[in-house]
Amino acid sequence: MDAGFLLVQSLSGLASASSLFIIASGLTLVFGVTRIVNFAHGSFYMLGAYMAVTVVPWLLEIERSPWLFFVGVLISAAVVGLLGVAMELLLLRRIYKVPELFQLLATFGVVLMVQDAVLKIWGPVDITGPRAPGLRHGVEIMGQRFPAYELFLICAGPAVLGALWLLMHRTRFGVLIRAATRDREMVGALGVNQAMLFTGTLFLGAFLAGLGGALQIPRVSASAQMDLSIITEVFVVTVIGGMGSVTGAFLAAVLIGQLQAFGVLVFPKITLVLVFLLMAVVLVVKPWGLLGKPEPAAGRATLPEGILHPRGFALPEKLLAALAVAAALAVPVFGDAYAVKVATEVLVFALAAFSLHFLVGNGGIVSFGHAAYFGLGAYASGLLVVRLGVPMEPALLVAPVAGAAFAFLFGFFVVRLSGIYLAMLTLAFAQIAYAVCFQWVEVTGGDNGLVGVWPSAWATSRHVYHYIVAAGAIAGIVALRHVIYAPFGATLRAARDSAPRADAIGIDVRTHQLLGFTMAGGAAGLAGGLYAFSKGSIDPTMLAIPMSVDFLAMILLGGIQTVMGAVVGAGAFHAIKDIFMPLTDYWRFLLGASIIALVLLFPRGLGGAFASVRARVAAEPARA
Amino acid sequence: MGVVTISRRAALTASGGLAAAALVGLRAPRAQGAPVRIGELNSYSRMAAFSVPYRNAMQLAADAINRAGGVMGGRPLEFVFRDDGATPGDAVRVAEDLLTRENCAFIAGTFLSNVGLAVADLANQRRRLFFATEPLSDALTMAQGNRYTWRLRPNTYMQTRMLTEAARGRTARRWGIVAPNYEYGQSAAANFKRLITASIPNAEIVVEQYPALGRVDAGATVGALNQARPDAIFNVLFGPDLTAFVREGNTRGLFERRLVLSLLTGEPEYMIPLGDECPEGWIVTGYPWEQVEWPRHRAYVEAYRARFNDTPRKGSLLGYVTVEVLAALLNKANSLDNEALIDALRDLRTETVTGPVTMRGIDQQGTMGTWVGETVLRGRTGTMRNARYVDGAEVMFPEAEVRAARRSA
Repeated sequence: MDAGFLLVQSLSGLASASSLFIIASGLTLVFGVTRIVNFAHGSFYMLGAYMAVTVVPWLLEIERSPWLFFVGVLISAAVVGLLGVAMELLLLRRIYKVPELFQLLATFGVVLMVQDAVLKIWGPVDITGPRAPGLRHGVEIMGQRFPAYELFLICAGPAVLGALWLLMHRTRFGVLIRAATRDREMVGALGVNQAMLFTGTLFLGAFLAGLGGALQIPRVSASAQMDLSIITEVFVVTVIGGMGSVTGAFLAAVLIGQLQAFGVLVFPKITLVLVFLLMAVVLVVKPWGLLGKPEPAAGRATLPEGILHPRGFALPEKLLAALAVAAALAVPVFGDAYAVKVATEVLVFALAAFSLHFLVGNGGIVSFGHAAYFGLGAYASGLLVVRLGVPMEPALLVAPVAGAAFAFLFGFFVVRLSGIYLAMLTLAFAQIAYAVCFQWVEVTGGDNGLVGVWPSAWATSRHVYHYIVAAGAIAGIVALRHVIYAPFGATLRAARDSAPRADAIGIDVRTHQLLGFTMAGGAAGLAGGLYAFSKGSIDPTMLAIPMSVDFLAMILLGGIQTVMGAVVGAGAFHAIKDIFMPLTDYWRFLLGASIIALVLLFPRGLGGAFASVRARVAAEPARA
Repeated sequence: MGVVTISRRAALTASGGLAAAALVGLRAPRAQGAPVRIGELNSYSRMAAFSVPYRNAMQLAADAINRAGGVMGGRPLEFVFRDDGATPGDAVRVAEDLLTRENCAFIAGTFLSNVGLAVADLANQRRRLFFATEPLSDALTMAQGNRYTWRLRPNTYMQTRMLTEAARGRTARRWGIVAPNYEYGQSAAANFKRLITASIPNAEIVVEQYPALGRVDAGATVGALNQARPDAIFNVLFGPDLTAFVREGNTRGLFERRLVLSLLTGEPEYMIPLGDECPEGWIVTGYPWEQVEWPRHRAYVEAYRARFNDTPRKGSLLGYVTVEVLAALLNKANSLDNEALIDALRDLRTETVTGPVTMRGIDQQGTMGTWVGETVLRGRTGTMRNARYVDGAEVMFPEAEVRAARRSA
C-alpha cells in the first residue's frame, strides 16, 4: 500500500470523524447538564438532514452560491435547535423530578413519534439533497482523488470544537454548562436559573445534531432510518470520550473514524462489531472513558431509583395476583387461538421484564443490553434443536443455563462500573453478542436466523405450549420475587443505595452484584428459550437494541418502585402494541405518544399509581 | 423495449383481458357471495417506499377482478393488510392473527428475508399456504424450502445470473465486489463468484467490501475498492447506502472506465432517490415501466397512474402480478382447502401484466422475470436504456441443484 492511499484513507476517516463529533458533542453536552440519555438525539440529526434537503434547494434556486448553501445548513440546524427547545419545554421540563430512566423512556417515545412524523411529512422515498456549490469536485492528493467537500468537513469538526471551547470558557452560559456538568445540585443551590440553563443546553444540543445532519446532505440521502443508525454510534463516541467531555468526544470520534477507515481494509466483514469492541476495551481499562470524570454525585446519598420498601402482599394484592394467575391459566379455555398466542407472549415478556426489573429496580444495575441474555438463551435452545436434534425438553433447560453463563461472563466486567458507563458496557456486550449471531453465518444462520425450533410433538398445540410457558414464567417470577424479599435482595438494595456503606459493613458488593446479574441473566435466558419455541425461529433481532428498549419500556411503564410493576408493564406494553399495530401504518407514532402520555400521567409507572391509590384508600379511614 | 417478439406481444394482446376490461368499465357481473379473504403482511411502516405502492397495486388489481366477477365463480377477493413490524417475532404473531382471528384462507407478502423465512416455517408448521412475494433469499425456496411456501419474485440467484449473463463477451478480468453485510448481500456475492466465470472464464475477485447495512462508510469503502484497481465492480448496495456510495464514487472517479454490474439499481424505488447522481452505463436489473410496450402492461400503468396520481414502482408491478396469480390459483383450485391450493399452484401458469408466469413445481419459485439494461441519465432522473425483459424461466436454479438443496432440507 502506497503512502498516498494511506493518507487519503485516513483523510476519509477524519471526515467521518468530524461529522460524528459534531453530532456527539451535542449529546455529550445535553447529558452533562441534564443527565438525560437523549435517545431523540438521533431524531434531531435526521430532522436536520430533512430540513436541509427542503431548505437548501429552495435557497439554491435563488442563487447557486456556496454561501447560500451554508446559510441553508445553519437555518436547518437552528430550526432543529428550536425543536429541541420545544421538547424541553413541553416534555422534559415536566419530568426532571422523575427517575432518570423515565426521561430516557420519554425520549424514546419521541424517537418513535418523529419517525412516523417524518414519514408523514416527507414521504417514504429517500430524498437526496444538493451538493455544495463550489465543493462538488475532487482534489488530487498524491495521485488519489479526494472530495473537496470532505476536506471542508475535516475542518468543520475542529472549528466546532474551537467554537464550543470559546463558548464554554468565555461566556457565562458556557461557564454554567461546565458547572452543571460538574455538579448540578451545587449550581441549583447557588441560585442559577436552571430552567433557562436546561432550555439553552437543549437548544445547543439539538442545534449541533441538526448541524451534523444538515452537513451530511451532500454525502448521504435523507432517509427515515438514519436516526437509529447514527444514535448507537454517537453513544459509543460519547462514552469512549467520557460523558460530558467535549474534547473527549472529539478524541473518540477521531479514533473511531480511523478504526473504520482502516478496519474495512483488514476486516471488511466485521465493521459492525469493531466499534463496540473498542468501547468495551476502553470501559474495562478506563471506567469513565478517555477524558470523563467520576460522577461527582456518586458518593452522595441520593434518593435511589428502584424498589424502596418491598411490602408483602396484603389481601387485595393477593387477590389480584391470584386473579392474574387464574386469568393466565384460563385463557386457553375461554380465549380463541389468537388470544392464547398473545397470552403466551405476554407471559414470556413478563418473565423477561421481571428479570430486568430485578436488576434495575432491586439492584440498581441499569442494563441497556438485557435482550442479550434473552436472545442467547433462545439461541442456545434453538441451536441444540436445529443443529444437534436435541428435543425440546432438555433444550429448554439449557436456555437459562446459557443466559446465566453469559451474564456471569459479561457481568464480571460490568459490575466494576456504575451509572451510565455500566449501562453502556452492557449495551456494548449486547451489541457484540448481536454481531456474533449476525455474522457467524455457518452456525447461527446469520441475519436470516434458524427456523424449525418447534416444541416436541406433545406440546405443539398452542394450548399445551401456553401451559408450559405459564409454568416456566410464573415459576421464574415467583423465584426471583422470593430473592427480592430474601436477605440477598436486601443486600443488593443496600449496595444500590450506597456502595461505600455496604462495603463498610462487610458486604462484598461486586460479588453480590455479579450473582444478581447472573440470576437475572438466567431468568431472561429461560424467557428467551420459551419465546423461541413459541415462534418456531430464532434470529438476531431477539438480542438487538429495540428488544432491550422494549424490556426497559415494560419495567418503566410498570413502575420501578413496585415489585410486581414489571409484570403489569409487560402486559400493558404488549397490549398497546397489539392494539395499534393493526390499526394504522403509523402505529409507531401512537406507541410513542402513549409511552409519553403514560410517563406524564403516571410518573411512577402503573404499579406506582396503584400503590398510591392503595395508600390513599388505606389513609381514608384514618382521616375520617 | 423493442426486443419483445411479435408473437409474444400478440399473445399478450389476446390475453390482455382483465385490466383493460376493468378500465373501460366493461359490464361484467359484480362479484357476490362470501368474500375470499387473504392475509397480506408486509413492512408497511418500515419499508413504506416499497410496500405502499405494492399495496396500492394489489387493491387496484383486486378491485378490477371483483368488478369483473370475482374469483371461484363469483366470490369477491378481499385482502387483509397488516404490518409485520419488520421483525420475525412480530411477523409470526401477525401471521397467526391473520390465520386464526381474521379467518384468512392463507397468507401472502413479507419484505425482509428473515421475516419471510420465519413466516415460511410457521406456514409449514401450521400447514397453511404462504405466498411469499418480496423476500429474495435463495434459502426460502432452496435449502429451507417447504411444501407450503411459494415465492413469486426472482430470487437473488436469478437476478445475479441475469447480470452475469449480460456481462458475457466483456473482457473485464479483475473484479471488485461491494455488498451490504447481511444475507442478501452475502448470497448475491457468493452467487456472483460462481456465476461470473461462466461468462468471463478468467475472471478473478481482487477486492471485497461488506459495509454494514444502512451505515456504509462510503469514503473508506470507495477508497478500498479504488486501491485494488479492479477492471469491473459488482454492486449489491441499495437505498441510502447506494446514494452515498455513488456520490463518493463519482467524486473520486471510481466508476470511470470501469464496467459496473449492479443489482436492483434500475428499479424506480432506487432510481428516484439517486436523482441526477444516477451513474451512466451501469448494467442493472430494474423496471423501466415507461418503456414497456405490452398493451396489458400499459393498461395497468394507466389505471395505476389515474387512481393514485403517482408513477408505478417495482413494488406496484409485484403487487399487481401477485393478485393476478392468486386469482388464477383460486379459480383453478376452486377450493380454499390449503392442500388443494398447493396442488393447484404446482406449475400453475398465469398470464400477467409482465407476461406468462409459471409457479415452477420443483422449487416452488415463480418464473416472473425482470428487466436488464444500462442506466442512463435523462434530464434530472435516471432510467434504463436498451432494456430487455429476461424471463425468469431462463435463469432458474438448475433442477439438479434444486433437488440436492431441497432434499437436505
